[in-house]
Amino acid sequence: MKNKLWKAATVIILIYVLTAGLYGEVPRQPILNETVRNLYYHVTMWFAMVIYLLISLIYSIRYLSSGKIEHDDIASEFVNTGVVFGIVGFTTGAIWGMVTWGDPLPKDPKILSVAIAMLAYFAYLVLRGAFEDEQRRARISSIYNIFAFVIFNVLIWILPRMTDSLHPGNGGNPGFNIYDSENVMKPVFYSAIIGWSMLGLWVTTLRIRLKRLNHLAEERS
Amino acid sequence: MSEIITLIKKEITLEWRQRYALNGMLLYVISTIAICYLSFNLNRNLLTPIVWNTLFWIILLFTAVNAIAKSFSREHYGRYLYHYMISSPQSIIISKIIYNSLLMLTLSLTALGFYILVMGNPVGNMTVYVLSVVLGSLGFASSLTLISAIASKADNSGSLMAILSFPMIIPMLLMVTKLAKNALDNLDTSVNYDEILVLLSIDAIVIGLSVILFPYLWRS
Repeated sequence: MKNKLWKAATVIILIYVLTAGLYGEVPRQPILNETVRNLYYHVTMWFAMVIYLLISLIYSIRYLSSGKIEHDDIASEFVNTGVVFGIVGFTTGAIWGMVTWGDPLPKDPKILSVAIAMLAYFAYLVLRGAFEDEQRRARISSIYNIFAFVIFNVLIWILPRMTDSLHPGNGGNPGFNIYDSENVMKPVFYSAIIGWSMLGLWVTTLRIRLKRLNHLAEERS
Repeated sequence: MSEIITLIKKEITLEWRQRYALNGMLLYVISTIAICYLSFNLNRNLLTPIVWNTLFWIILLFTAVNAIAKSFSREHYGRYLYHYMISSPQSIIISKIIYNSLLMLTLSLTALGFYILVMGNPVGNMTVYVLSVVLGSLGFASSLTLISAIASKADNSGSLMAILSFPMIIPMLLMVTKLAKNALDNLDTSVNYDEILVLLSIDAIVIGLSVILFPYLWRS
């Protein structure tokens, strides 16, 4: 029952986010115009991605201390979901950039940083493919995952703040708050963060369960 | 502590006996620079300071990846086990990092000397430029050592090393090229403190992580 409740909540929140996000009131802004609604579909993806990568990091550390293969399964599936959300975030960002900045991929330090960080996680997935033995793969990819998470954080939090950036809240730009002085966007934005994160969590739990069933099937045969 | 020093001595003696990595890499650096020289000799005007700097860092980057990739695959499996029996993993990784830093310093400073000799010298502030090269090679060495340990566990470690190391090394490379650019333009030293600080802190984080994570790695 408890399981079903949060899934129902996810669906309800996402229905709210989609309707309120597309039809709701947004502040009028020059240049941004109606594209400001992309806030609900671009920024939230990165929030969700950081959450999944953090969970993945925690499970990698737990794997190293416990040696249980289940922990590694969880870590790798969260990286998969995180990468998918990253790609979606890239796409929505490119659409937004095309309309407001006139270029889908301008030379912005934040875009560059995130692209490199995504490369690190692609490298993680490649590394996982390089090993046949399960325990060995789990151990080595966990180590790389911890390493990648640290570099990922350096890339997205420290480096973009040292240079000029087109993104709000970086390099002396004001944060996004000034565009939403009447707080009409905040409720939708916060529920969008929660909704998308929960959706990814849901998908990931399904994939983890599938993986466990595969393990069981292999043991039987 | 004495364990670390002994291990570094062992690495250096091993290197000195074979002179394989050092000579091979020196030859690699010098031939790359020679190729750059020959290509740019056709049209000297194209060699602006920016191109000069970019070429130099590309050469250094590939030298670092190639030189450090060998640091774990060089030894025989039996000798590997022997080292692991008699010493702690922390001192092994620290000694490898220090040895690789020394190797990278030798290579990069030689490369810089030869590069300036062949390609001319547009650098405004030589002290800061040398500092950026020193910091860069220390950073490359410390971050690549753990990556090469990871890659050496896989079968085709050569290509894996490249894939794994580039994302890790790019934050460092961004900072170091910026520092080098400032030195090239002879900007005031005070503008560089930010970059130097970030570089040093990335180094510290990476070395700390290597020391923490390596014990898990060598068990497998």
